Amino acid sequence: MNPLQLSYFTLTTCLGAGLEANLDALREQRSGLAPCAFETVQLDTSVGAVADLDAVVLRADLAAFNCRNNRLAQHALEQDSFAQQVETALTHYDAARVGVFIGTSTAGILETEIAYRSRDAQTGALLNPPQYRYTHNPYSIADFVRRYFYLQGPAFTVSTACSSSAKVFGSAQRMIAAGLIDAAIVGGVDTLCLTTLYGFSSLQLTSSQPCRPFDSERDGISVGEGASFVLLEPQTAVASDSILLLGVGESSDAYHMSSPHPDGRGALQAMQAALQQAQLTPAAIDYINLHGTATPNNDSAEGRAVNTLFGAQVAASSTKGATGHTLGAAGGIEAVIAALALTNDLIPAGVNTTHLDPQLAIDYVLQNRQQTLRYVLSNSFGFGGTNCSLILGRQPA
Amino acid sequence: MINSTASAPIAAWIEGIGILGPGISSWPQLQALFTAQENYASAKTVVPVAELLPPAERRRAVQMVRLTLAAGLEAVTHSRLNAAALPSIFSSSSGDSQNMHAICETLASSEREISPTRFHNSVHNAASGYWSIATGSTAASTALCAFDGSFGAALLEGLGWLATEKTPILLVVYDLDYPEPLRSLRPVPDAFCAAFVLAPQRSENSLASITAHLAVDVSANKLHVPELDNLRKTIPAARCLPLLDALANSRSESVVLEYIEQSSLIVDVQICR
Repeated sequence: MNPLQLSYFTLTTCLGAGLEANLDALREQRSGLAPCAFETVQLDTSVGAVADLDAVVLRADLAAFNCRNNRLAQHALEQDSFAQQVETALTHYDAARVGVFIGTSTAGILETEIAYRSRDAQTGALLNPPQYRYTHNPYSIADFVRRYFYLQGPAFTVSTACSSSAKVFGSAQRMIAAGLIDAAIVGGVDTLCLTTLYGFSSLQLTSSQPCRPFDSERDGISVGEGASFVLLEPQTAVASDSILLLGVGESSDAYHMSSPHPDGRGALQAMQAALQQAQLTPAAIDYINLHGTATPNNDSAEGRAVNTLFGAQVAASSTKGATGHTLGAAGGIEAVIAALALTNDLIPAGVNTTHLDPQLAIDYVLQNRQQTLRYVLSNSFGFGGTNCSLILGRQPA
Repeated sequence: MINSTASAPIAAWIEGIGILGPGISSWPQLQALFTAQENYASAKTVVPVAELLPPAERRRAVQMVRLTLAAGLEAVTHSRLNAAALPSIFSSSSGDSQNMHAICETLASSEREISPTRFHNSVHNAASGYWSIATGSTAASTALCAFDGSFGAALLEGLGWLATEKTPILLVVYDLDYPEPLRSLRPVPDAFCAAFVLAPQRSENSLASITAHLAVDVSANKLHVPELDNLRKTIPAARCLPLLDALANSRSESVVLEYIEQSSLIVDVQICR
């Protein structure tokens, strides 16, 4: 599989809008998590909310798509001149041969959740029905991005819970290699909603304080929201020092719907597959951006898998203490964080964590490190036992 | 313009088919309908028990899980391949619409605590997760959605897989009907699932080879049986029916399937004899 380059990329999280705001927060080892004040939610938990999303006005021709998820998408697309740069790049392509593959777990389900509060007493009909197709349906987010760029090629949403926007890189890579498309816009967008906040709470998987990945006292996740987008193109000769997608590894736990295999069997298989595709040995990896959700079981399984493959030799951290767990957007956001790490030679520390779990024998980074990075691995796992690992690398100048 | 690669289109060999839908109980029965050996009789989709799941999971197995397991297993059995070794692509417009309705009702009530099972079943990849547990497959599995074009999405993803990974793969495309009040917004009439085992090269089991490409503003094939054509028009996953019609009648031809908006998928079918 030929490497693809991440020609342009951007991200928006609770840390801020755009690359610079997120990089600054990572450099300052700052968390964007705060006590939950979202909508009518009454839960003792912290969330990573993106500021000012209610003020975003969608482009007039996309008004039917109005919901928090698509507002976040447009807000994120317009950071870092991403949309403009992509529009310019797309003039070199046939609009029917550019793919759009976006990950989300819940799209704009919030609109339907709210609509269910107002129903006709007799018939049960929704008094204020949502735009089902353009907000609730999982495809709404890929549809929004496809129309935003006036594209006509293959498009779909990948919705595999918390691995969604890591797996979009695999779909794009295979379809480009197969000659079905020439380039792809990939990304992930997920926004706060009641289904996930109350759902994780019902499973007792949310923490009452900002999440502490790999801490011996870790007690659950902090749900976040965010978006990232990447233009993936075949590697061009002109681009030096560009960030490359080198490996994608996918697997299934085949174990349990909401708990990982205790030994991290699927995680191990996904990391090995990514290394194999990238033709790299574990020792070549300079930094691992862990899935690291901060639930006791998830971190334990991932820690075991990482230890099996890398020992305690490779620097690793979870950035979810800073961003929260952005669920279907996490894979894409953390791929962009991996790209930021590579371009800035920065190993971002895991924040909120104070007492590392001695059971998890990996090199978990608690203070930022500045060092030359060549290859970064990023893990994303999810409900249903879905696993995806990405390897990004920097082409030497 | 960057020149698109002029390589030969990727061929997929169809190794097995499974199907369940309104008045459709299996691939042999659908073949009988398409070849006019049997008349279509309208009936609600009948979904069998999920024998393959361990008892704890079987008790919790909702319609979406039983539907996809049954059609998926029919296709895999037909292909004589090992389910545990097959990667899989699940694609659906609706996901588990009934479960999502129940969650929205709970969240709109004064007691918002939703059941843990309902929550983990709410992920769009729940069918993929149950499939991997039931078959013991640790291979890659994905879950896609492209609204009315979800079959086309699965086929494109499958062709990408075959071209690069060069292993057989299972496609499972399904939809469930919505209860009210969402049914008014998304009037899918009943549950439907089609499953295909695709392989990168011909085997003695191959039914046909297909290639596919996108085209704009081409009308989709219609079906001669009006009730089946109505399924094609009203259930996103049933948009694959014209392909199954060509296979059932051993017709080597170009089949046009609706994908998204003005885009269609042109599927060239070559029957293996």
